[in-house]
Amino acid sequence: MSTTGIRPEDTMSDDPRRRAPLVTGSPTFSTVTEVICRVAEAPKTPLAWYVAMVVSGAFAGLFLVLTGHLLVTGVGVWGNNAPVYWAFDITNFVFWVGIGHAGTLISAVLFILRQKWRTSINRLAEAMTVFAVMVAGLFPAIHIGRVWVVYWLLPYPNQMGIWPNFRSPLLWDVVAVTGYATVSALFWYVGMIPDLATLRDRARHRIRRLVLGAAALGWRGSARQWQHYEKAYLLLAAVATPLVVSVHSVVSFDFAVSIIPGWHTTIFPVYFVAGAIFSGLAMVITLLIPARAFLGLEDLVTIRHFDNINKVILATSLMVGYAYGIEVFSAWYGGGHYEQFAFLNRAYGPYWWAFWTMVVCNVAVPQLFWLRVFRTQVWLMLPVVLLVNVGMWFERFVIIVTSLSRDYLPSAWRPFTPTWVDFGMLLGSFGVFFFLFLLFLRFLPIVAMAEMKTILPGSDGHGEVGQAKHE
Amino acid sequence: MSEATPSPENAPAEKPALLLAEFDSAAALVAAARSVREAGYSRFDAHSPFPIHGIDAAMGLRSALLPWLVFFAGVVGLVVALGVQLWMNAVDYPLNISGKPLFSLPANVPITYELIVLLAGGTAFLGIFLFGRLPELAHPLFVSDRFRRVTDDGFFLSIEAADERFDEKATSALLRRLGAREVETVFEPAAGRAIPVAFFWVGILAAVLALLPPLWIARVRATRSHNPRVQLIFDMHLQPTYRPQGASPLFADGRAARPPIPGTVARGQLYEDDHYYRGLADGGFAERFPREVTMETMRRGEERFRIYCSACHGLDGQGEGMTLVRAQARGEWIPLLPLSAEPIAAQPVGELFNTITHGIRTMPAYGNQIPVEDRWAIVAHLRALQYSRRAPLEEVPPEDRPRLR
Repeated sequence: MSTTGIRPEDTMSDDPRRRAPLVTGSPTFSTVTEVICRVAEAPKTPLAWYVAMVVSGAFAGLFLVLTGHLLVTGVGVWGNNAPVYWAFDITNFVFWVGIGHAGTLISAVLFILRQKWRTSINRLAEAMTVFAVMVAGLFPAIHIGRVWVVYWLLPYPNQMGIWPNFRSPLLWDVVAVTGYATVSALFWYVGMIPDLATLRDRARHRIRRLVLGAAALGWRGSARQWQHYEKAYLLLAAVATPLVVSVHSVVSFDFAVSIIPGWHTTIFPVYFVAGAIFSGLAMVITLLIPARAFLGLEDLVTIRHFDNINKVILATSLMVGYAYGIEVFSAWYGGGHYEQFAFLNRAYGPYWWAFWTMVVCNVAVPQLFWLRVFRTQVWLMLPVVLLVNVGMWFERFVIIVTSLSRDYLPSAWRPFTPTWVDFGMLLGSFGVFFFLFLLFLRFLPIVAMAEMKTILPGSDGHGEVGQAKHE
Repeated sequence: MSEATPSPENAPAEKPALLLAEFDSAAALVAAARSVREAGYSRFDAHSPFPIHGIDAAMGLRSALLPWLVFFAGVVGLVVALGVQLWMNAVDYPLNISGKPLFSLPANVPITYELIVLLAGGTAFLGIFLFGRLPELAHPLFVSDRFRRVTDDGFFLSIEAADERFDEKATSALLRRLGAREVETVFEPAAGRAIPVAFFWVGILAAVLALLPPLWIARVRATRSHNPRVQLIFDMHLQPTYRPQGASPLFADGRAARPPIPGTVARGQLYEDDHYYRGLADGGFAERFPREVTMETMRRGEERFRIYCSACHGLDGQGEGMTLVRAQARGEWIPLLPLSAEPIAAQPVGELFNTITHGIRTMPAYGNQIPVEDRWAIVAHLRALQYSRRAPLEEVPPEDRPRLR
């Protein structure tokens, strides 16, 4: 490797005659190890981490307190009413589950497609998935009211001799989300085993060595271990890939299988999956920007990474915009009065502001990514992705609340007004998510080191035997 | 996992476990692995910070069964999910949802799909443990300080002393010839390196203790008990209220259920009309019916009489009902007076009403079963029965008289 190293501009090369480098600087096997392990091993934790931890911890605490308040008092502390049985709770659930999908897309789909640039960001995206799904799962669990009988959802032999209804979308949802959480966590952990071994081998303190040693399962990096490991990882990726499509499709069935106007549409599964990847990738960028700057990952996570992800955000934004258009078109063309009213009500009814926030944030603003400068300049892309996060939350709010608050019979209509507990738990869910994510950033290998090394020069087993190390 | 690593110099008497050779690059490691295999060694391994493309072939590793296992797990998921849904929703407890089919493939696809993915994923995960022989927390290689770089940037080849061709000097020379930078003899770990025995006992104890709650639950569920169910969560079906007939220390008489205050009348139960409700008038039993008797009343009375009275008194009131006939055959009841007999025929209607209401001798009270109006209707029918037996001939219409002879 040359002494000058690879400049950031090089990674942006679109020259078809040679592949653009995936990393910048002069990375070697040992510098990759050093850069990434330094974060987890830093003897002195940066002040910024403590500040972020206190802020997110406070909101996580708020979430816990409000959950306790809800369990003791009842779901009446939320603004939910009849007929708006679902409101912030399910909005938050769909929002967080959707976030998770981008992580699985990056870690599984891009792996199957051999998109090697994913290596720099897959660990981070998988962590995001695991934590987002954890946060998402909290909402349906607590919104059922008597959370202590949540096990009634499971098919277990009980004294009533009755079983769950397997033809209900709500049960599909439970199974899809728990399955997704399980496979995502397994995938995340399997990917980390060799990197945990790296941390183990560098550990100085005996306790640290014991804990990491147990977590790394005695990994020795032997060819026999790698052989099975790679196969199992590939198979896990293959198994996780359909989940990218299936989980949010099943979430959309919660709505599409019902007969509420504005919910009962066949476009929902596709539309939800596109929206999930859209919002999830926006969250990936939101997390990557500070993580890259504070943790010194500039050489591993390059502008090309942002550029690539932003292009996918643009594409999914167009898909989501198309879905909005088709929904309105179907309502008009289908001639169903209730359906037509549902969409007029969304745009011009009491929740018009939510609808237009959604359209502006999800369809209009991401069009800025047609400009290269917005895709490559961190300070320009950050507002865009933050607005996408806002817009996608509002999308779910619009779908759920406008449809429920005004369905068939005007005598049954009722508006929804959120309470302070609703807002507190929305903010608190972000607190829980960032609290977990900060713990991950501080204590675990944040980049897949072993995988990273396979894309460096000198990782090929077919090179000339006599060549110098790391050449 | 150690701080103090015995080096070959200060532990010469120990048994060698394997030879560890470090190479400069991935390519050198692949080449060396191929040469070692060609030299006839079988118990050796290559170690690297990342998977090296082509090393499987160089080492002669065969591909694993894992993909087939994962496929099999997926098939199991398919069969189990469909079977569970069929059995639970269509056979064991047919769950009728708006008359839709009990088992319909489209509605059962999501669960099936998710279980296939879950079992296949779980099997792929377990495959790492099963085929990769993990976890293996103690291994001679962990004793070597140099080997720690295997997870950073080191490329190593290890040949086990257990290999038939292993010879410390010759094998070492071979490795050096193949371009090894360093060759180190790694010895069997000294005693005490293994996980302390206490861990196993604590683990076994914890496992046994963890089994107790489910066993206790299983036992409680399978046995009968006179005690109420153990309720972890008091939902609405268990409230702090007094049971019927329960005792209470709050009241002098010790009864939880309180009698009504004397003179209390429940709504709709102010039975003021003595004639109608009790058959009393002018200080004795009423001689007249309290309401007008119509054909409607007569038919109602006949129907009620057949339902309530005829079992003993017989359809004609002569005392030959099925129950009585059978009781007398067993010698248990005394014969019944026919209802048309003089002592009964002489009774005022109020007394007959009173007898139906409260019963007499063996006859039980019917006041709780037959509404007041029906009791009066039965009395009316009774009067008709008596009259049919006791009427003088001249009261029979002339054209019917021949039929009586």
